[in-house]
Amino acid sequence: MSILDNAKAAAQGAAQAVMKKAVELAPDAWVPGGKPDPLIRSKHGLIGAPISRIDGPLKVQGRAKFAAEFPLDGMVYAAVAFSTVPKGRIATLDTGAAEAAAGVVLVMTHRNAPRMNNMPLFMTAEKAAGGDNLPILQDDRIHWNGQPIAVVLAESQEQADHAKSLIGVTYAQEPAVTTLAGARAQGADIGMFQGQPLKTTVGDAEAALAAAPVAIDATYTTPRHNHNAIEPHAATIAWHGDELIVQDAAQAVSHMAWSLASVFGLDERQVRVTSPYVGGGFGAKTLWQHQVLGAAAARLAGRPVRIALSREGVFRIVGGRTLTEQRVAIGAEADGRFTSIIHTGTIVMTRHNAMPEPFILPTRGAYAADSFKLEVEAVYMDMLANTFMRAPGEAVGTFALECAVDELAARLGMDPIELRIRNEPAKDPIEGLPFSSRHIVEAWRAGAARFGWARRNPAPGAVRDGAWRVGMGCATATYPYYRMPGGAARMKLTKDGSVRVEVAAHEMGMGTATAQTQVAAERLGLSMAQVSFGYGDSIMPGVVLAGGSQQTASIGASVMAAHHALTVELLKLAGNDSPLAGLGADEVEGLDGGLAKRGEPDRHESYVSILARARRDALVVEAAAPPPLETQHWSMHSHGAMFCEARVNAMTGETRISRFLGSFDCGRILNPKTAASQFRGGIIMGLGLALMEETQFDERKGRVMNPSLAEYHIPVHMDVPEIDVIWTDIPDPHAPMGAHGIGEIGITGTGAAVANAVFNATGKRVRDLPLTLDKLM
Amino acid sequence: MAIRINGTETRAPADPRVSLLDLLRETLHLTGTKKGCNQGACGACTVLADGERILSCLALAVQFEGRSITTIEGLAGQDGMHPLQLAFIEHDGFQCGYCTPGQICSAVGMAAELARGAPSAVTTDLGAATVRFTGEEARERMSGNLCRCGAHNGIIAAITQTYAGAAL
Repeated sequence: MSILDNAKAAAQGAAQAVMKKAVELAPDAWVPGGKPDPLIRSKHGLIGAPISRIDGPLKVQGRAKFAAEFPLDGMVYAAVAFSTVPKGRIATLDTGAAEAAAGVVLVMTHRNAPRMNNMPLFMTAEKAAGGDNLPILQDDRIHWNGQPIAVVLAESQEQADHAKSLIGVTYAQEPAVTTLAGARAQGADIGMFQGQPLKTTVGDAEAALAAAPVAIDATYTTPRHNHNAIEPHAATIAWHGDELIVQDAAQAVSHMAWSLASVFGLDERQVRVTSPYVGGGFGAKTLWQHQVLGAAAARLAGRPVRIALSREGVFRIVGGRTLTEQRVAIGAEADGRFTSIIHTGTIVMTRHNAMPEPFILPTRGAYAADSFKLEVEAVYMDMLANTFMRAPGEAVGTFALECAVDELAARLGMDPIELRIRNEPAKDPIEGLPFSSRHIVEAWRAGAARFGWARRNPAPGAVRDGAWRVGMGCATATYPYYRMPGGAARMKLTKDGSVRVEVAAHEMGMGTATAQTQVAAERLGLSMAQVSFGYGDSIMPGVVLAGGSQQTASIGASVMAAHHALTVELLKLAGNDSPLAGLGADEVEGLDGGLAKRGEPDRHESYVSILARARRDALVVEAAAPPPLETQHWSMHSHGAMFCEARVNAMTGETRISRFLGSFDCGRILNPKTAASQFRGGIIMGLGLALMEETQFDERKGRVMNPSLAEYHIPVHMDVPEIDVIWTDIPDPHAPMGAHGIGEIGITGTGAAVANAVFNATGKRVRDLPLTLDKLM
Repeated sequence: MAIRINGTETRAPADPRVSLLDLLRETLHLTGTKKGCNQGACGACTVLADGERILSCLALAVQFEGRSITTIEGLAGQDGMHPLQLAFIEHDGFQCGYCTPGQICSAVGMAAELARGAPSAVTTDLGAATVRFTGEEARERMSGNLCRCGAHNGIIAAITQTYAGAAL
């Protein structure tokens, strides 16, 4: 950064600090969420009902259309060739045989690709969605092993794949940094996340640690991970003149439309990204080079393009979670009270991405302590850009933190649950803000009773069942409540009394369409059949990332705003001849297909009647959610208590998970059926993180060595026990519907709960993920 | 000879490299059968060939001349969805829905394997004429169908509701 940039950043930082203080000190009523969402009071309606997914019939019959399933007239198929060296230049490139192969329409390389801007890097602008900001086929430079070097278009996928194999390329290699030691030798920076340095200091934590009567100080390591959604990345792309239409697998449609417009020098309204169904995202279904390559090739060939990455292709050009090396040290008094928490360490990233895996985030809010030292150092490699993956930061950060707490409990001779509860903070331990809603102690108590924690033998390695050593472990789960700026919604009420709600949001399996239909119907006083929820299209209102578990809150606040606007308009239309005459929008609610005065259900007029008297066929409103100031006024988090029973074979070291319970405190649960699935899904990905998942990286070549589902192992049916989930269901009074997003919290704490159970079973403390059998023999 | 797909005859492709999966998805637009890895590792492309579950990504279409293929689109009967499809909805046996057609076809094929006594790694009575349905048999036999959203419990619950105790 230049001096000017530094000065600018400092000035912005100062302005932000003033603003932050003002929001902190503002009266509750001035802040979004200061007045609880009236829906929190409705107890017997659609909210909290275990409704089956509304898209279920389509999905179980194979009729839900995913990105690679839209056929277009004249469409051609793309195949992508990847570099096999980590750094250097393309020395020779022979495309003659590929161009001459049957069915080939185009071979695009840096020689003939259209001029394009680099992708705007995720989080560098409101709607930036790029996984990296490198030139895409603009020159002969190679930046990572696996970088696209050519795209072949052909009439069939078979022809494209074959022609790709005929491309001849040689490289002039340059020295690349592909080892952790080499990256460290180049120096480290403090990681910057969301514009803030990942560094927090309260008091002198090192001195407090040195003075503590009891302490733990250990290093934990976690490897690279890949999302591995079962649907590989794909897009079906067509140009209509200067308008670009992309049927994508996307968790950020508005961001991607804007970002693609920026790449091709278009107005954002010239790009439309749709994504009605997404076959799993987990952070990876944003903008990567393939959509840009597909669009560029489509423009060059003058034909629509289907670009569907192979499974290997996903590993080569879509980033995953990076590795971490974390030190956690906790100092405590003899009674277990924490005097010092140190959580520092190193992650690897590239110079062209924005994701220093922020593993200290969970430690900022989990426990009270007299002093803190938290810091993430970034070192840099020549590799594929790493990115956000389910609970970025928390998934691996809680592994280290919660193992350390367990280790400390053993040293103190305390029960690990009681140690956690003893250090329960009264307010946010770093920011000093009040918690909006924190009932983790209830979650611990309920979980311990249900799991039978009292039956745990605290002595490690003491319980044996035949060839199996058996143990129980627990860990805290935690993930923030986020709501990002930019939410907006449109509502269209038609004269038959039905309502269409539209938000540029996403359904990747979270149950968004189902839960939000329930919420909208409840808010409007309609049945679910009278409400349709539109999403997955960038021409709809709102900038709503399906990430950070924020979509539920973002849609919720947007629909609240639109509903308020609709109510205001309806009261105007109702006029003086209505039972509602004289009432303001805050005095009425949706009830029985119309509006009624709160507490006086007989003072009611139906939507059909209001529109009919006004001679209107429809009423359309659009409104934006207020800025998410609630997150600066309260400390807002979801919580969980994770319990695991592990069986470790005494002969082979094989670990089986026999029981697992997640006890959650995540505000109000909108739909227990889909929520239970999300909780379980996070936990199951956490079992993968604990026991088997690792993207193997060749430090000699900078290349992923296991780019397939045969060699990157994820949990299969036989690995997954019946997973029990319970929740407090206590609404957060300051969140829309009283609800928190719950897509990520399940993966947090799970790795540590497994490792702690394995320790209890065997007496072996494994601090290096995954816990494979070689580490337990 | 033609390939019979969900009761309708179709010609085998001229290009012998075309997999059964690509024939289904790209030529016939039967996109219910999914491509998750194209190398036999995920099970998303599972279909039934004369009632036996196969991975259509590892099957060349031309090999199936004269055979009868059932895909997810062909499972529903005249009176509506297959009971297993309904059970998947009831038990929330999916989230994103991408592995779902493969899971369902695979479970239908698995039930037939139990009925004809084909043992698995966890079968104790190898001589039995039919293998008794248990949750462990289901989990073992369904382990070739990956799910990343983590719908495993719902999938096994749906399969159990449909096949446990049923005359296989």
